[in-house]
Amino acid sequence: MGRTMIEKIIERNTKQAVKPGDIVDVSVDRVMIHDIFIPFVAEKFEEMGFTRLWDPEKVVLIYDHLVPASQVDDTRHFREGNAFVEKYGLTHVHRSDGICHQLMPEAGYVKPGNVVFGTDSHTTTYGCVGAFSSGIGYTEMASILGTGTMWIKVPETIRVTIEGELPANVTSKDIILRLIGDLGADGATYQALEFAGDTVERMTIASRMTMANMAIEAGAKCALFVPDEKTAEYCKIELTEKETSLAADEDASYIRQVVYKAEELLPVLACPSQVDNIKPVKELAGTAIDQVFIGSCTNGRLEDLMAAAQILKGKKVAPFVKLIVTPASRKVYQEAAANGTLSVLAEAGAIITHPGCGLCCGRTGGILTDGERVVATNNRNFLGRMGTSKVEIFLASPKTAAASAVAGRIAQA
Amino acid sequence: MEKFTGTVWVLGDDIDTDIIIPTEYLALKTVEDMKPYAFSPLRPELAGKIQVGDILVAGKNFGCGSSREQAPEVIKALGIRAVVAKSFARIFFRNAINNGLLLIEQDQLQKAVSEGDTVTVTVNEAISHKGKDYPIVSLPKNLVDIIAAGGLVKAMRRRNGLDKED
Repeated sequence: MGRTMIEKIIERNTKQAVKPGDIVDVSVDRVMIHDIFIPFVAEKFEEMGFTRLWDPEKVVLIYDHLVPASQVDDTRHFREGNAFVEKYGLTHVHRSDGICHQLMPEAGYVKPGNVVFGTDSHTTTYGCVGAFSSGIGYTEMASILGTGTMWIKVPETIRVTIEGELPANVTSKDIILRLIGDLGADGATYQALEFAGDTVERMTIASRMTMANMAIEAGAKCALFVPDEKTAEYCKIELTEKETSLAADEDASYIRQVVYKAEELLPVLACPSQVDNIKPVKELAGTAIDQVFIGSCTNGRLEDLMAAAQILKGKKVAPFVKLIVTPASRKVYQEAAANGTLSVLAEAGAIITHPGCGLCCGRTGGILTDGERVVATNNRNFLGRMGTSKVEIFLASPKTAAASAVAGRIAQA
Repeated sequence: MEKFTGTVWVLGDDIDTDIIIPTEYLALKTVEDMKPYAFSPLRPELAGKIQVGDILVAGKNFGCGSSREQAPEVIKALGIRAVVAKSFARIFFRNAINNGLLLIEQDQLQKAVSEGDTVTVTVNEAISHKGKDYPIVSLPKNLVDIIAAGGLVKAMRRRNGLDKED
């Protein structure tokens, strides 16, 4: 019988035939640990009795949630992270280069077919290049650091096919939000999402990242895109049969199939306070807002900033609205500076911050209070995520966010 | 089979990890320090009222959201004996098992119980409430083994020869 993409990746990794529901041990190709969890990983690692890493070359440590420190307690995470680096000989360490999920593919740590775990739920992002990547907790991370292996249950797969041309004001963010709305916040729990169709084939890696990033918001274990020429160029590899053969077989079996016609998709918002509470932007157009956030591992890439700049060019952010723009990485920041995007945004009245997780996890500048509304391009609108529990967070694409910043109200681009 | 009785607290669907323990408290030094803030975005009073041995009953997708392991840890630190939900999100599920917090999938109990009721759990068999038994499914063997070892840290300590099998 035919196999899905995730079944092929796991079979290649474990060198055994697998089917959904099987519990198998995988060999881990790469792990990512970020600043919030490094002290806990280090503590568990030593408590478990390990004295050396299984392979320091495969371990990446990234400071992003707490950079630069906004509370005195944050600095302990850097101190303990640095001590761990020193003691166990880590070489892949990023202390202020940007968000972990941007850096892992951008800096070349993830390749098609890899099995990758990270101490963050949005680790699903690396499916953008055809890697099986998933989030875990710090205790499991500590055991991988010692053993190089982890048990997994082979997931069922939901195949999502998108065909056709997207309308100009619809982005990959609108597609993934729509899908989460249709599946529900638990609609893909313990399952893999596999994306296909000519709309997806034409997408940039950056747009694919946005979709893979949010797979977890439907509960998915991972999200996968078939590696193609764009993937190879992005990953700086030659595209060979090894990569292309990861595509699912024609007769692969799926637990569910979802098909969208791109022409019929609309700009949408995830309304407070559930990621699956999806409504068309035009239904809420005119709702007054206080702030707009463009950034995060979901939508803080160069194409996102450029899409926003295109809308903001020659215009001004509404006087009572704060527009916060946070590039996803130093590289994105430099590229956006070099091609003039940052000056267009600054001219329009944006507050441009250092790369990092920033406001997405509510730990740096831009915190809101009771009754305030924010249109944000990140991945979660949970209660209290960007300030008090009475802040209303609307998740949107960078285009919708930029149009709303100008209008001072929720607006369609 | 292990059996225990506890008072229930009832929550809804999609109780996410930001509700269980908000990001702003994750850099506190210990899970003990985080306890007062558990569930604060939704029910600020709840953490102060939970007694050791209480049971949380919730709807679908409990623990959705981030990979923060402080979520199951803080629930355990509050003294919650078990979480019974219609379904659990996967990272939370793994984290809970690895920390020895008992999770039970049961899709009928939430609508039957009211806050303050008592229920009796017979592990891997059923939950009884007001004379009615709600069946529960047992966990896969590899997970039972991790729980039996006392969590993943203890399982690894045995692997590394620090602790002996009981």
